[in-house]
Amino acid sequence: MSMLRVHAIGPAVTVQDLGRPGHIASGLSRGGAADAMALAEGAALLRQSTDFAALEMAGFGGSFTANMPLRIALTGAPMRATLGGAPVAWNASHLLPKGARLEIGGAQAGVYGYLSIGGGIDTPQFLGARATHLAAGIGAVLHAGQSLPLGPDKGGPVGQGLSVASRFGGGTARVIASLQTDLFSLDEIARFQATIFHRDARANRQGVRLIPEGAGFGLASGQSILSEIITPGDIQIPGDGAPFVLLPEAQTTGGYPRIGTVLPADLALLAQTPAGAALRFAFVTLDKALDIHRKFQTALAQLPAQCRPLLRDPRDIADLLSYQLISGMITGTEAP
Amino acid sequence: MQGPDLYPQIHPIGLTGLLVRFADRLTEPANRAALAFRAAVEAEDWPGVAETSSSLASTYLRFDPLHLPHAELTARLHRLIASADWYAAPPPQGRCLWRIPTLYGGPGAPQLAEAASLAGQSEAEAIATLSAARTRVLTLGFAPGQPYLGELPENWNIPRQSAITPQVPAGALVVAVRQFVLFANPSPTGWRHVGQTAFRCFRAEAEDPFTLRAGDEVQFPAVTIGQYREILADGTTNGGASVEPIV
Repeated sequence: MSMLRVHAIGPAVTVQDLGRPGHIASGLSRGGAADAMALAEGAALLRQSTDFAALEMAGFGGSFTANMPLRIALTGAPMRATLGGAPVAWNASHLLPKGARLEIGGAQAGVYGYLSIGGGIDTPQFLGARATHLAAGIGAVLHAGQSLPLGPDKGGPVGQGLSVASRFGGGTARVIASLQTDLFSLDEIARFQATIFHRDARANRQGVRLIPEGAGFGLASGQSILSEIITPGDIQIPGDGAPFVLLPEAQTTGGYPRIGTVLPADLALLAQTPAGAALRFAFVTLDKALDIHRKFQTALAQLPAQCRPLLRDPRDIADLLSYQLISGMITGTEAP
Repeated sequence: MQGPDLYPQIHPIGLTGLLVRFADRLTEPANRAALAFRAAVEAEDWPGVAETSSSLASTYLRFDPLHLPHAELTARLHRLIASADWYAAPPPQGRCLWRIPTLYGGPGAPQLAEAASLAGQSEAEAIATLSAARTRVLTLGFAPGQPYLGELPENWNIPRQSAITPQVPAGALVVAVRQFVLFANPSPTGWRHVGQTAFRCFRAEAEDPFTLRAGDEVQFPAVTIGQYREILADGTTNGGASVEPIV
């Protein structure tokens, strides 16, 4: 059986897949990858199903070897990675030879990096998924010395690269009105959209806290809220006035007022915004939100078709191709 | 008969959710309506509806708005709402009655005296009242398998604490606003810790990890410290709990 051996590991590396939908009624949130788009990118690079489990590495990766050759893909927050000592490209697939050391260091931007493997990580399923759910006590963070079982790889290309949506340094998250948006005054909603927030150091797979530049937010005093279902992306306004945006491992119900909900297409941006980076929110209409959602689903489905052979530094490809088109000549210097 | 004129209401919750609210606060009829309406939505089995659940006074639907537009689902929900008096609906079928042995007061549940005083009872009276109360699982939430149970007699409409208890253990029985919560995991709480059980609401190692269902009924009979220790030592039961179907 193929195994991935963990020689050293960051403090918050977990096995993740798309989580366990369908258990909100029992109080268990879906969980799964904080940046599900990165999981899909890894699956696309390896030409395999998005149902396979991968390693989610919060902030820092680890050091790994395998007992047989593996296809791997590196996606999500870019991290310094070497394979047998030589740097390897991020957002790309590679061959990890048997016994060769894969070293993944700290995140250079963003928060969550992903190591996907051909055949997926084959730890036991619980309620139909392998995702670690730390808040619910399902699974645990990885530790050095562990070996992870891997599923059989049906095979496919390596040396593929992918240009990915930028989402690793903050930005603007698009928001739709939700259950309690109407409880906030129009002035307060306008100020919310005009405010620049900075991600607090307090953040995990349950949610991220955002510190506003200027005054905090809230309802007029005395308004009590009945606890209701929470969905990922909900922007809670707790008593301290600093918004808390809920992520896949959030609790299933909450009694704080919610000013809106971040669209599914922008959840990866939220999760990947590093501590201190700036975020803003922009409300969109339901029609616009559905249009964004449709394009997002289409983009996810088209990821496999976007993968390209990784011949040279991807930053150079566009220029080189245009040069060839214009001149009609190949100088021979483009080769890697 | 329907509730106050304003309800039921249908609200969006995120891009992929709708919430049918039967009241803006917990009431017995609204909770029954939420449970029964969720069962009815499940029975409809509409394509595009991915998941349903109920909370204290509402029913939630998660759906795919690209295949089942908001307007169409909203229209279906309005028709279903109009088809019955949900506030008078009988509880769902297949429910169970649980009896979970509870050690009230003492060092393991240090806020019994304070809670009893707020409820206008002696400690002995409070234990008798809370032991006898046959509560219903109003909803499961916050943590996996964790029940909110009610309603307790009116004198137990006691407020939450102004301060937060940093941590109560798993199995802690806490009380406020005519409800119990039975904690699934160690947790901070603003409710008062009146009893301790060895019952586990969520067992990650079990085939069916969620012990209780919304609508189940639960009693918390008092046991002595000796009986409680025997339950802990036994280990073959889930905290000494018994269960029987409600027919």
